[in-house]
Order: sequence, then structure tokens, then C-alpha cells
Amino acid sequence: MSVKTLTINNTPVAAEEGKTILEAAKEAGIHIPTLCFLEGVSTVAACRMCLVEIEGINKLLPACVTQVTEAIVVHTNTPKLQEYRRMVIELLFAEGNHVCSICVANGNCELQNLAIEVGMDHTRFPYRFPKRSVDVSHPQFGIDRNRCILCTRCVRVCGEIEGAHVWDVAQRGADAYIVSGLSQPWSEVEACTSCGKCVDACPTGAIFRKGTTTAEKQRDRAKLQFLVDAREKHEWTR
Amino acid sequence: MDLSELLKIGDREKKQQKSIRVHCCTSTGCQAANSLSVKNNLANAVQELGLSDRVEVVGVGCMGFCGRGPLVQIDPEDILYEVVTPEEAPSIIDALSGGVAKPIQGNSQHPFFARQMRIVRQHTGKVDPERIEEYIAVGGYQSLYKVLYEMTPAEVVSEISKSGLRGRGGGGYPTGLKWATVAKMPGDQKYVICNGDEGDPGAFMDRSVLESDPHLVLEGMVIAGYAVGANHGYIYVRAEYPLAIQRLQKAIQQAKKYGILGSQIFESPFDFKIDIRIGAGAFVCGEETALIQSIEGKRGNPVPRPPYPAESGLWKCPTLINNVETLANVATIIHQGADWYASIGTENSKGTKIFALTGKIRNNGLIEVPMGISLREIVEEMGGGVPDGEVKAVQTGGPSGGCIPASMLDIPVDYDSLSKIGSMMGSGGMVVMDRATSMVEVAQFYMQFCREESCGKCVPCRAGTVQLYSLLDKILNKQGTQADLEKLETLCHMVKKTSLCGLGISAPNPILSTLRYFPEEYQELIPAESLNGKVRHGSS
Ligand SMILES: Cc1cc2nc3c(=O)[nH]c(=O)nc-3n(C[C@H](O)[C@H](O)[C@H](O)COP(=O)(O)O)c2cc1C
Ligand code: SF4
Ligand code: SF4
Ligand code: SF4
Ligand code: FES
Ligand code: FES
Repeated sequence: MSVKTLTINNTPVAAEEGKTILEAAKEAGIHIPTLCFLEGVSTVAACRMCLVEIEGINKLLPACVTQVTEAIVVHTNTPKLQEYRRMVIELLFAEGNHVCSICVANGNCELQNLAIEVGMDHTRFPYRFPKRSVDVSHPQFGIDRNRCILCTRCVRVCGEIEGAHVWDVAQRGADAYIVSGLSQPWSEVEACTSCGKCVDACPTGAIFRKGTTTAEKQRDRAKLQFLVDAREKHEWTR
Repeated sequence: MDLSELLKIGDREKKQQKSIRVHCCTSTGCQAANSLSVKNNLANAVQELGLSDRVEVVGVGCMGFCGRGPLVQIDPEDILYEVVTPEEAPSIIDALSGGVAKPIQGNSQHPFFARQMRIVRQHTGKVDPERIEEYIAVGGYQSLYKVLYEMTPAEVVSEISKSGLRGRGGGGYPTGLKWATVAKMPGDQKYVICNGDEGDPGAFMDRSVLESDPHLVLEGMVIAGYAVGANHGYIYVRAEYPLAIQRLQKAIQQAKKYGILGSQIFESPFDFKIDIRIGAGAFVCGEETALIQSIEGKRGNPVPRPPYPAESGLWKCPTLINNVETLANVATIIHQGADWYASIGTENSKGTKIFALTGKIRNNGLIEVPMGISLREIVEEMGGGVPDGEVKAVQTGGPSGGCIPASMLDIPVDYDSLSKIGSMMGSGGMVVMDRATSMVEVAQFYMQFCREESCGKCVPCRAGTVQLYSLLDKILNKQGTQADLEKLETLCHMVKKTSLCGLGISAPNPILSTLRYFPEEYQELIPAESLNGKVRHGSS
């Protein structure tokens, strides 16, 4: 296996061929914000939070899917990128119905954390106040689509790790939403094993465990990684 | 079948053809205007007047002048009749033996026709798209025979490269380079995809090619398959094009029957089969990665490139994806030679391009023009200008393109000139706007389209187009402020820079180009009290 050397934010970094810029940066201790990315499942490059600048390429590239190449010079935190990231978060807050003060994930929400990280204290875009549905038919879990940011982590974790493929995306554009089964209530989807992985994967309070109230959502994110490692690397202990 | 048999089919067909051919358009536009009854009545009249020995009525593809359909054209005299009704149709036949034809006689020497240069549409309006024999009679499938027996795949690729052909699906990527990449990829299984999704509002070039000359596209695909080492091709056509689908099906069957498609084509070791896939009419499914997902039976969402389809496309195999019009150039390039093709057009844009000329213009329809022709020639000479008015702007490139102000009408129509001024060639929509048109409304129309067609996968496009649309709405309702205008521009740049696929990347173009060339129209919509002392500029 060959090794590529590159520069990220003026720091020289060596990374194995085939690694992404995100992985290389992480190894070098450089933080790049992500949202749709979830360790252990496929990448979709949908949220655009991890876009980085590479000298000589006039397109911004998502660090989560872009593989390292020899001698590239990467910048992960330029003023332009900071501005774009802030706008992505603003657009997300304006798009859904996010009332943090009464959300199960308050204080433990990746969207909220990113808002703080990028310094978003208000959104310059008017709130859309969309009409979205809530499904609490499942005995243990619920989904509140008002808080969904369409990152499709639930879709991927359920399809790729649990192998149940309960979730998918219905409709398109601003009308897109996360749908269970063949557009059935969650409780009627026989494929669901009630494993709870979608709860662990969901970055916001959209999918939650019943019985949790404001600011009580917990995630066992390590479980997802453990399962993937067990499968791929045969590491059976946690 | 070998070459002599192919030529024999062509000769037999030519001998059978009558000395006078009455061509009646049976493409979608004219069919909608009842051209099938016109054709029926023409054929009956031939029978009744006892002219069957020298006159035949042939259903042909779109002649391009669809706004004046149903069209009937007579060869060899080249007489054109417009807006023919079924009742008047028999008088056309009567006129062949001394009577008087009732329908309006068109002028086939009008610049609309005369200034065209037909490469892709060379047989259109002359051959019956439902009969392979007619295609063979005009030299069809000889290029395919030539590549199979006289050229190596590498020679075919280099011929296409030399011709300078670039993709007609919008991006203008050099076709030869794309073919060379796929050809050089390792792997036994490769695919060729013909992109016939054509989702731009107002565009119908590809539909017309598929309906009028399906074999030309098939021949291009098989040649492409041979050049890149693929044995399987897909044509992706939207479900809204039933006639194109039906004619393609028929064409594929006929070609198979003659051994021109399928296994051991022309008794050579080369096999190639073509399947049709029908799209449900989402604009984004024309984007190559989304189209591939759709063929694989998945939701038609774009996926990040790289990897490009040429490396990892359909079912992760190297895949060549080209537009209908791109592929329809191939057989002629092989037949006439790359040098001939490269002699047409400008330095970096070779050959011809078909445009759908619409909007506030006298002559609507499809035109095929050499690259480098000026926009003014198209609009004023061929299109006949704006009826009772003046041109204000021309929109090219559909929802991905931009508005070109009348002051720039002298620019040559080629890939580089158009993108330099903030528009693009696109797939070939060309909408002429007159002085009465509001450019802000035009921008909003296209933004509404993009908002509705966004697949919703990535945030900037899904949520950004919604905000852009509502900002325009606010401005058009005279509720906007100077700050809103600035926000509009900032958001345009953000959506353009951060979206995942071409839809989002180009969605802001109509706004950006109108902001650039018609800033006063935006300013005029901002109420004076919101200006906060800022001087209003550009308004009269
Ligand atoms: C939103 C979007 C829609 C597109 N629609 C079409 C289409 O309808 N037909 C087409 O040929 N190409 C379309 N394209 C371009 C294709 O992605 C691709 O570049 C093209 O088919 C390549 O063929 P070419 O090189 O022959 O142009 C579209 C691209 C985008 C981003
Ligand atoms: S609980 Fe498990 S099986 Fe059910 S939807 Fe969530 S991830 Fe899928
Ligand atoms: S429910 Fe949660 S995990 Fe699923 S798409 Fe929405 S925000 Fe993402
Ligand atoms: S840019 Fe728009 S159409 Fe393209 S992937 Fe993103 S949301 Fe989908
Ligand atoms: S984390 Fe890379 S695009 Fe979402
Ligand atoms: S459809 Fe008849 S001329 Fe175009």
C-alpha cells in the first residue's frame, strides 16, 4: 500500500492511499465539521459541511468522500468555507421546525453543536414552518419529522448495518421526507427489528426513544462502530 | 449480412420509391395538429386520382417548423405547405396534376430553412422513421460496416477526437476524450448509455431526433460500443415521449432482424445489444449519475463524482454516457471524415447544434445551425425577429443557463462564448424575450423549476432554491429591501459553490445573469423607503 503526502492547513500529513481527506485530517488532529457522515456506513456527501478548498482546483470538494492524492494543499477553514458552513446550518434551521428548548436532543444534538461551532446565533432566512408529520406508532421509538434534516443516516444504518431497510426517502426537493416501509406507520413495518440503531445514528432529535423527554436523548454511537468492526475486522470485544 | 447485401437493400428501396414523394410530418407536434388524418387523406387522394404509379405519401419526422404544422413537403420540387387541414389535403395531390392547392404555401427558401446546416437532421423530414430500408437507402449503417471491417477501435476513438465533437447534453465535454477514457479502462464489462431524458422546459431537440431518425442514434451507439469495448447499451428516454419510445422499439427490432444489432453484427465477431429504459420525467434524472442510479432501479439521486461514470458507472462498470444529439453526429463523422467535420464551426466548437427557438419570435421551431453563427442571425434572420416589438434578451441553456441582453446579440454561438458571458449552450433551448418581459419574473420562473426539480439530497440546493425563490417572490411583490438583494446574490453564490450536482450548481445562473445585465429591473422593484439614503442607480 502506498502512502500519500499532502498539506492540510499548512501541516504536512501522510496518509495511506485510498483514505479520504477527512480521515487524513482526523489522524493529524485537524477537525473538519461533518453532519451526514457517519462512521461505519456509506458516504453520501449530502450536507456539504465538510467542503474543503484544494489549491489549484476551483471546485470545493467534500472531505468525507474525496480521497487523498499526492502533494495536494488543502485548506479546511478559510473565511469562505466558514461562511458557507454557517449558511448551510442557517438553511437547515429555517427549513424545519427546530424548537430546541423542548427537544429530546437539546444539549446532545449535532445540529445544535454545529450551530454553536460555526457561530450561528440567528438565521438570516425566514423560517418556512413546514407542516410535517410525527409517527409514534412504534412501541419503543418515535420519529418527529419536524426535526429531521434529511441526512439519511437512519436510512443507511438500518439498511447497511441492521439489514432491515425500514427507512427511505420519499418525494423530492423541499417535499422530501423520511418514510418507513411502504409508506406505512412504523409499527406496521414488519422488517423493523426494534434494534434502535436509527436512534443511535440520528444526529438530531428526530428519531428518539419513547419515554425520554427534553434533553434526555442518549446515543450509543460506539455500538454502531463496534458492530462494523466486529464484522469487518473480527474484533469481538468492546 | 455483408456490405453488398446492405447496398442491395438500399438500391431495392430506391427503385421502389416513386418519383414524387409527398412527405407528411407525423411527429408529436404535427400529430397533435391532426397530421395523421392529413396523411390518410393524402394517401386516399393519390388512390382516387390514380397517381399511385408515380406518387407516394410518406410519414416523416419533424421538419422543425412545428408552430406551422401539420406540414407537408413535396420532393423533388421542394414545395412546402403549412397548417394543412385534413379537408384541404386532397387538393395538394390534385395540384400535382394541374389543380390548385388550397393550403398556405410556405417558403422553403426562407432563411429559417436556408440558413440551417443539417448534419444530425440530414434525413429528417425525408425518410420514414419507421422503416429501416429508407434509412439504408440514404446510406445508413454503412459507417457501422466501415468501422467494423476497416477500423480498429482505437482508430474510431481518434477519429472522433480529431473531429472536435463535444457533448451536446449541456456540459460540452470533448467526446473523443470521454471515449478514450472508457476505452482505456480495464474490465470486460462496459456499457454505453444514450441520454434521452431531455428535461429542460421548452427543449425538444432530442425528442425530434429520436422520433425522426432513430436509426441514426442506434448506429452512433453501436459505433461507440465498438470503440470503447462495450457490448451492451441503454437508451434512457422519458415516459413523456411515447412516440420516440415506440419508434425506437421498432427501429431496434428492425435492426436486429437484419443482423445489424445483436450478436455478430454484419457477421463480424462484434456483439452489441440495446435496451430501452424509461424515465419517469424527473429533470434530475438527466444528470448522469442520477440516470445511472435510475437504470439500476434505485432512486434517481445524483452521487458525488469522482468516480466519473467513465471509471465506475452502471453497476460499477466503466460506462460511456452521451447525449442523443452527440451520438447522432457519430455516423456522419465516420462517413465524411473528421477533417470535414472539424472544418465546420469555430476553433473550439465544431459541427452544428440544434436549438429549439421559442418565445416572442415570429418563426418558432427547431433549427440546426453551424457553431459560431451569431445570435443575431438566428434571432433576426432565421427567427424573423419579435413580432411588433424589439428583442430584450435571449435565454439560452434553460434553467442552467442565463439571459443574454440584446446588446450582445452579435456574439457567436459556441460553448466558450456563451459561458464567458454567464450563460451556456445547455442542451439547446433558446427563448427570445421582448421589451415587455420582466427579467425578474423570468429568473423566478426558472428558480421555481429548479426548486421543484431539486432531488432534495443536498442542503444548499434543497433548502437554498426554496429561499431563493421566496426572495424573488418578495422582491416581485415590492416587499424587498436592498438587504434582500444582497442576500439574494450571496445565497446564489453559496448554492452555486456548494451544491452536489449540476442542478444546484447551475440553478442560480438565471438570477446571476439577470442581476448582471438587468440590475435596474431589480432596483425598480425595491420600494424607495427601504433604500435608507442609498442612491438608486440605473433607473430612468
Ligand atoms: C440537472 C441535470 C440535468 C441534465 N439533463 C440532461 C439531459 O436531459 N440530457 C442530456 O443528454 N444530458 C443531461 N445532463 C448532462 C449529463 O449529466 C451528461 O453530462 C451528458 O449526458 C453527457 O453527454 P454528452 O457528453 O454527450 O453531452 C444533465 C445534467 C444535469 C446536471
Ligand atoms: S429500530 Fe433498527 S430495524 Fe427498526 S428502523 Fe431503526 S434501525 Fe431499522
Ligand atoms: S430522521 Fe434523523 S437520521 Fe434520519 S434523516 Fe432525519 S435527521 Fe437524519
Ligand atoms: S444539487 Fe440539487 S439535484 Fe443535485 S444532488 Fe443536490 S439536491 Fe439533488
Ligand atoms: S459530512 Fe461530508 S458532505 Fe456531509
Ligand atoms: S412536429 Fe411536425 S414539423 Fe415538428
